[in-house]
Amino acid sequence: MAMIREMLSYPFLVRALIGGVLVSLCAALLGVSLVLKRYSMIGDGLSHVSFGALSVAVAVGWQPLAVSVPVVALAAFLLLRLTENSRIKSDAAIAMISASALALGIVVTSLTTGMTTDVSSYMFGSILAMSRQDVFLGVILSAVVLCLFVFCYNKIFAITFDENFARATGIRVRFYNSLIAVLTAVTIVLGMRMMGAMLISSLVIFPALTAMRIFKSFRSVVVCSGILSVVCFCIGIGASYRLSTPAGASVVLVNLAAYGLFTLASRLCARKYK
Amino acid sequence: MKPFIVCEHADFGYENQDAVIDLSIAIEPGDYLCIVGANGSGKSTLVKGLLGLLAPTAGTLTVSEQLRQGGIGYLPQQTAAQRDFPATVYEAVLSGTLSRRGNRPFYSLKEKRLAKQSMERMGITQLRAKCYRELSGGQQQRVLIARALCATEQMLILDEPVTGLDPSAIQEFYHLVRELNQRDGITVVMVSHDVRGVIREANKILHMQQRALFFGTAADYVQSEAGKRFLGEGILEEVRPWQ
Repeated sequence: MAMIREMLSYPFLVRALIGGVLVSLCAALLGVSLVLKRYSMIGDGLSHVSFGALSVAVAVGWQPLAVSVPVVALAAFLLLRLTENSRIKSDAAIAMISASALALGIVVTSLTTGMTTDVSSYMFGSILAMSRQDVFLGVILSAVVLCLFVFCYNKIFAITFDENFARATGIRVRFYNSLIAVLTAVTIVLGMRMMGAMLISSLVIFPALTAMRIFKSFRSVVVCSGILSVVCFCIGIGASYRLSTPAGASVVLVNLAAYGLFTLASRLCARKYK
Repeated sequence: MKPFIVCEHADFGYENQDAVIDLSIAIEPGDYLCIVGANGSGKSTLVKGLLGLLAPTAGTLTVSEQLRQGGIGYLPQQTAAQRDFPATVYEAVLSGTLSRRGNRPFYSLKEKRLAKQSMERMGITQLRAKCYRELSGGQQQRVLIARALCATEQMLILDEPVTGLDPSAIQEFYHLVRELNQRDGITVVMVSHDVRGVIREANKILHMQQRALFFGTAADYVQSEAGKRFLGEGILEEVRPWQ
């Protein structure tokens, strides 16, 4: 209790907590749809593109968010298109794009400012990264994501479960796919600086996978992964404060532990019923 | 009664490449039409055309007013991602009513009742809380038919529904579709690789190879050039044994 009160006395930590909770909630909700559609790697690809965009923005001296949000959104569109008309296999395409973006970011940084702590904080995240503006954007983003999942829940289910059927029943599949892509892009740009480019994709993938170990209906998977993600994030931040470990990595490890627990629980359940 | 769908010299395809050329067919109410042909012969493209997802690049496709109002139930090819999807049977079936709903965000009582009726019809009510990925292939197909029935009372389009089912499940599936066609009068359009199987089930056959090699009754098909070549000899006496 005392530790929590102490944590909340630092304004930057409060911002990190609010921003992080919102981002992990959005990432988890969007993640369910992405993981089930076999787009898990998109999160990873986008975070690398985001790193590239951010490095370029910093080198040129532009506003980082103003540059990276549109660039990453564009990349998200591209990746989705690629998977739709699959001349190049999508996993290869994602690997290619993410490596190129990463390389571009590194080259641009080393030509201008050199590899400083800034770059390292992009790679592995920094708890200090959440600005007031980021938190504000996070609030808007999560409002949009929550509205989407409440009011278009049935459509999202239909699109995730069976895109062809959804298209045949007259749902604007492409529109919703693009919307999900853009929201994922914003989530990743926002979360990246705290979680780190290398680690942010875990926020997208882990909660959905963990929830699927135990829950059997789409609704319960969505709800559980949202809650799980927020809980894991808070525990991770608490642990990182206590043990002075990097925030992003701590959150990922807590997520891994949750996954392990859920797997164990599902095994035990299965045995009991046999 | 007017035909549900009439194609006149229709071409369908993507980006200057027509997969279906000069197709003229009519689908009458009560038909059981099977579309057969080798891989890449344009079957799936034609299905997209019939569903209205792809406009003809030439010729015309006319859908009757009655069908437009009643809607088409569609059973797409299953994807690998779907087979281990965490959704209950009820959730999956209920999503079939989406087309009736327009832009309202939530399901009404009427739609929930419809989903229950269609589960009952397919005999999967006891599975309603089960997870889709835990079902057998045959049961999964029943769920998908129940979902398609939520969308229509008139016409089902099935795209390679028996692929990946074991032989007994295939027979069961054919039986189910036969009942829907004969007892409930639902028009069926089925794309299939299992030519020998469907020839006993369908009353009309469309043999595609970009163009229509054959379009007519199943009995005529086995006599035709295209049919003989595709089927091999010795299938004559097996056609629709219950008639």
